[in-house]
Amino acid sequence: MTAISVPLQAEPNILSRLITRPTAAVGVAVLVVIVLAAILAPAIAPYAPTKLSIASRLHPPSLDHLFGTDDLGRDILTRMLYAARTSLSVGFAVVIFSSIIGIVLGLTSGFFKKLDAPVSRLIDAMMAFPDILLAIALVAALGATAVNVVVALGIVYAPRLARVVRASTLVIRELPYVEAARALGVPTPVILVRHVLRNVTSPLLVQGTFIFANAILAEAGLSFLGVGISPDIPTWGTMIATGRQYMDQAGWIMMFPGAAIVITVLSLQLVGDGLRDLLDPRLAKGI
Amino acid sequence: MLRSILNRLLGMMVVMTLVVTIVFVIVRVTPGDPAAVMLGPEATAADIAALRSKLGLDGSILEQFGRYVFDIAQGDFGQSIFLGEPVTTALAQRAEPTFFLTVFALMIATLIALPVGILSAYKRGSIFDQAATTIAMFAASVPSFWLGLLFIQFFAVKLGWFDTSGYGGPGASFADRLDHLVLPALALGLVSSALITRFTRASMLDVLNDDYVRTARSKGMSEWRVVLKHAFKNALIPIITVIGLTAALLISGAVVTETVFGLPGVGSLVVSAVLRRDYPVIQGALLVIAGLYVLVNFAIDMLYLAVDPRVRY
Repeated sequence: MTAISVPLQAEPNILSRLITRPTAAVGVAVLVVIVLAAILAPAIAPYAPTKLSIASRLHPPSLDHLFGTDDLGRDILTRMLYAARTSLSVGFAVVIFSSIIGIVLGLTSGFFKKLDAPVSRLIDAMMAFPDILLAIALVAALGATAVNVVVALGIVYAPRLARVVRASTLVIRELPYVEAARALGVPTPVILVRHVLRNVTSPLLVQGTFIFANAILAEAGLSFLGVGISPDIPTWGTMIATGRQYMDQAGWIMMFPGAAIVITVLSLQLVGDGLRDLLDPRLAKGI
Repeated sequence: MLRSILNRLLGMMVVMTLVVTIVFVIVRVTPGDPAAVMLGPEATAADIAALRSKLGLDGSILEQFGRYVFDIAQGDFGQSIFLGEPVTTALAQRAEPTFFLTVFALMIATLIALPVGILSAYKRGSIFDQAATTIAMFAASVPSFWLGLLFIQFFAVKLGWFDTSGYGGPGASFADRLDHLVLPALALGLVSSALITRFTRASMLDVLNDDYVRTARSKGMSEWRVVLKHAFKNALIPIITVIGLTAALLISGAVVTETVFGLPGVGSLVVSAVLRRDYPVIQGALLVIAGLYVLVNFAIDMLYLAVDPRVRY
């Protein structure tokens, strides 16, 4: 949600236009609920996230524990609410971090003709690495902490944003108002920020929403493999990894966090699709 | 034509050089000394120095880079620290499961996506189209490792149709291998079919309203010939692109899926190498996979040249 609320202040009618589309409205509504649940986790969670209870180990879903308990008797619903905080913040931080790198690379290659070829080849080379694989290697090199997971995934997704920014910049660079600004002697950095960057926000917003979705899936994958965020910190991915060991006796441990990932990612995709239809009519063919 | 091929070849070589450089950088951004990290706190200074030289971490950074490029050019990717064998051997031994997993998953994804995408576009707005579009979006939201776990639970444990994990023993028959590959390929293929379906649908929608499609129809050509021969053929370029892209994504998916299903492939090799900090293996796997990706991209570009005479580089 926070992903789309930033530019909304600039253009207050995007959200109202977005929710006139039924599928996007569902996406927005579900995301609002998930984000609120994550923020309010300490207030609404029925138990403490680390409360162990050997007596209630591996209890199936019941009225006491709506989603059951895990191998240490901890309440699954409670841990899922806290996990949402980590998973969503990591996803959102990845969007911000990759946007910053993507904007810098995209603007320089799109605006300065001499830099285009070298930066574009660098982007091509970075895109040659499969996302999870590059992220695993980077986390292995940097160390497995939440911050490094964000850095790794940010680097992984930055080239995609760079391509989007570059493509828009190439078009905008040739427009009369940029030429006019240049003729008036407006310094290049000002042109870049005020005239170019402002006009690439729409495609950036659309792409950023999809990267949010991808980052949540990727973080879950890394945590599941044990090469991401430490297993002590609840994320949806680490919860599935725990659940895997007890799959035969206690399927609910991995079932509910997995469903949380599906619902969150699906909502983000619905919102992303809606935004694209709204902001980028050229692409609005249901790709 | 020749000029286009040469241009592309040159571009590919530049990208390949950058890929090699990026891998070099990744292994060296490790904070602290990788050799000390690998050996743990009890290692002596002599042990660390020995490992440093084994890893190619001794000498100035330029010397290191020179040696690294020289070795790679000769096909020498170093020795695995934990497996006690050359990285190339380790990769080659585990290439088969990954290759078959990726190929089968791609086949499953394409076999689902092409007919569904074409029919969706042809019957745009119908219940079939809406259902297909919704399911495709849903599929793209499911983590493949989670779907894999559900499959194991349902098809292998509950129904007992397949083996739960592994790749059969050494020297197992191909049928036995196949038995181990069905579930992982299905989990990976289903998730990947979403992207190809959406692109096929979009690309078909683009061409179905074109003049030549109307002309073909007005000539009294049968509907399926119009759709498959005239429209589909012209919608192919974006579809080829996305299938190529999916192949690359599948390698990423394979890393996680192999671990879930205990397949002894390149993916699980990388994961165990990361957990054991076996840097030469990580480095080698990155180089081989990214190198393959660059080559596949080059092949796709060449395919465009062959399929579409308008394409020039």
